[in-house]
Amino acid sequence: MTGGAPILSRRTGFFFLLPSLGFVSLFILFPFVWVFYLSFTNQTLTGVTAIQSRLVGLANYHRLLDFETWMTSGQFGNALRISAQFVVGSALIGQALLGLAIAWAFYRWRGAFREIVYTLVILAWIIPDVVVAFTWMAFLDRDRGTLNAILQLLRLAPVDWLIQQPVLSIIIFNTWRGTAFSMLLFSSALATIPPSYLESAEVAGASGWQKFRDIILPLIRSHILTDIILITLWTFNTFTPFLITGGGPAFKSELVSIYTFRIAFQFFEFGRGGAIAVAMMLINLVLALTYLTILRRQGVRT
Amino acid sequence: MPTIELALTCRCVEGGVNANMVKWFKTYLAPKFAEKMKAEGKNVTAKLVEFGGSDEALKEQYALDLKVGKGYDVFAFDGFWVPEFVAGGLLKPLDEIAGPEVKQWEGWGHISPGLQQILGYQGKLYGIASGTDVREIFYRKDLFAKAGIAEPWQPKSWAELLDTARKIKKALPDVTPLQLNAGTAMGEATTMQGYFMALLGAGIHMYDFEKGKWIAKSPAIADALNFYKTVYVDEKLGDARLQLLKDGRNQSFARFRDGKIAMLVEGDWFWRSVIATGEWKIPNRNEVVSFAKMPAKEPKKGYKGQDFVTISGGTGFVINPNTKYPKEAWALLSFMFSKEPLMAFQELEPRIRVRDDVPVIGDPVMTEMAKQLLGLTTVRPMLPEYPKISAEAQLLTERVVSGEMTPEKAMEAYAKAVTALVGPDKVIELK
Repeated sequence: MTGGAPILSRRTGFFFLLPSLGFVSLFILFPFVWVFYLSFTNQTLTGVTAIQSRLVGLANYHRLLDFETWMTSGQFGNALRISAQFVVGSALIGQALLGLAIAWAFYRWRGAFREIVYTLVILAWIIPDVVVAFTWMAFLDRDRGTLNAILQLLRLAPVDWLIQQPVLSIIIFNTWRGTAFSMLLFSSALATIPPSYLESAEVAGASGWQKFRDIILPLIRSHILTDIILITLWTFNTFTPFLITGGGPAFKSELVSIYTFRIAFQFFEFGRGGAIAVAMMLINLVLALTYLTILRRQGVRT
Repeated sequence: MPTIELALTCRCVEGGVNANMVKWFKTYLAPKFAEKMKAEGKNVTAKLVEFGGSDEALKEQYALDLKVGKGYDVFAFDGFWVPEFVAGGLLKPLDEIAGPEVKQWEGWGHISPGLQQILGYQGKLYGIASGTDVREIFYRKDLFAKAGIAEPWQPKSWAELLDTARKIKKALPDVTPLQLNAGTAMGEATTMQGYFMALLGAGIHMYDFEKGKWIAKSPAIADALNFYKTVYVDEKLGDARLQLLKDGRNQSFARFRDGKIAMLVEGDWFWRSVIATGEWKIPNRNEVVSFAKMPAKEPKKGYKGQDFVTISGGTGFVINPNTKYPKEAWALLSFMFSKEPLMAFQELEPRIRVRDDVPVIGDPVMTEMAKQLLGLTTVRPMLPEYPKISAEAQLLTERVVSGEMTPEKAMEAYAKAVTALVGPDKVIELK
């Protein structure tokens, strides 16, 4: 082979790429373009506009961003606010912090206790959604729920979780549900740190917190960012809380994903649903770009 | 001779919701239908696909199935869904699907034109109705006796109804006195068994049939909402939790079964199915449960000047326009609604049937409900936009019972939403 010429010709390479390009176009590009188009129509699934739909310009977007009403219950702004609480609470504070805490707590720990904790956390992650949802409905039930039974054993007043604290309930749920991913990512990140770093720090008399702040954190910074990008996007798009609260009571736990579902598949308004989906995609894009930009800058600095 | 297997679906589960339907299908309909077809020299059988979700989930499934040209051959359908499905091109008239023999069916002669239209739209028929229904207050006689309330009980105004509820609250503190459906979680059950019952009692309908317009604002709407507010917010005579929880309706059935709800406004389906069989069965139903008519706000102040109010809907079965076997599907549908199969069903679950030769048998309470209430009843407007307005009405009640908005604010929001849905020329505001 001479001078770094490619193994395959351009044409052959393209030929090998074709199948995957086909699938990407069919299952990602085409639906994206189609939803984008739908968002400018008044297409519905039932009613006259199911057959005679027409282009309505930006009407769906205007309705979505009608700032006079958009923070009232059951509107887009309201759903966006709840989604933000949900992402900050369950992904950033819940999953990432808890995952890091567990990984750090068991750092260089070998034994049965670690295996038990890891197995339980991972179990919570791999059980199917519907099963988990039923378990949590039973767990949070006011009258016969396990959580209130525990509270009462501790002489605390029972809470009507799903009615009084719907957002907190789904935040706790999602933290429980998804911490495994962050935990696994962080524990493998920690495993790459040479033990000698920490041993030298110990010899120099560093405290546990100092070791964590000055050695661990800088070394796993890029892992933390990757973790945050992924779980933020997953959490923003997740639909499982619907199975527990249905978005209620009175839309108090209606995430953007549930709002989209309600408009598109319960009200059958594909045009409006499309507009919300496009807005969601843009938000995802902005989130991902922000994180990636930060990640790139970090990379340059180290 | 090839075997054809027809599939039929409904919201029905063995031992669960609408359990009698499953029983009827398995013990009578399927074997008899196969027998009948065999006698005609055809090998046709029918199987049932049980659906255990909510009505709303079933509707969603139908819409999506039909849109992509799929779905079961024959399926249970709620009459008020027909207009939007027909307008959306998802359903076709029976004779267009199965041919001219539809018109020759002997059954049409036994179903009045009005009842034929339960599954009709703009003069065309899309299915056959199983029956019609009425709504009323069901109450626990055992709890009434404990609270010292005389029987038979029939309130003549909202004030009397509330008084009874207050007495029960005082005498039996762990019992919820009165439950009137509200909220979006219950879907159409809120509109029919809750909001309509209050609104008609306050003197108006959601829709002005003469002018062909939706009533977006009215003192009567405010009255109905204030009634809700009294029950759920001010005096806590009802439990608002049940109206807000995702599975609140099932929980209200269970609480009524367990003697924890004293009065529940429901359709006659509650009597003949929910507490008669399956999960929420009350074994001594006839001894402990009775019904009363829903009073107007005050005598003569109800819809059309009535003293008492109720509203009827109707469900039935339609044929899928995408069926591969239209003739056989029609054979199954028309057989289901022939006299003998229906009489067999009446033995399991007596109800108001649409056929004039199929009476209510063996259930004096059901007969009495029909007698007292059918004359007072009204129906929903058969319009494609109705389900959306209905969803707004559910939201309207939810905003009041959850304490999120005052009745006045909630009505403002409702008026705005309805106007946005149908346009300003299709709404009126009453003063």
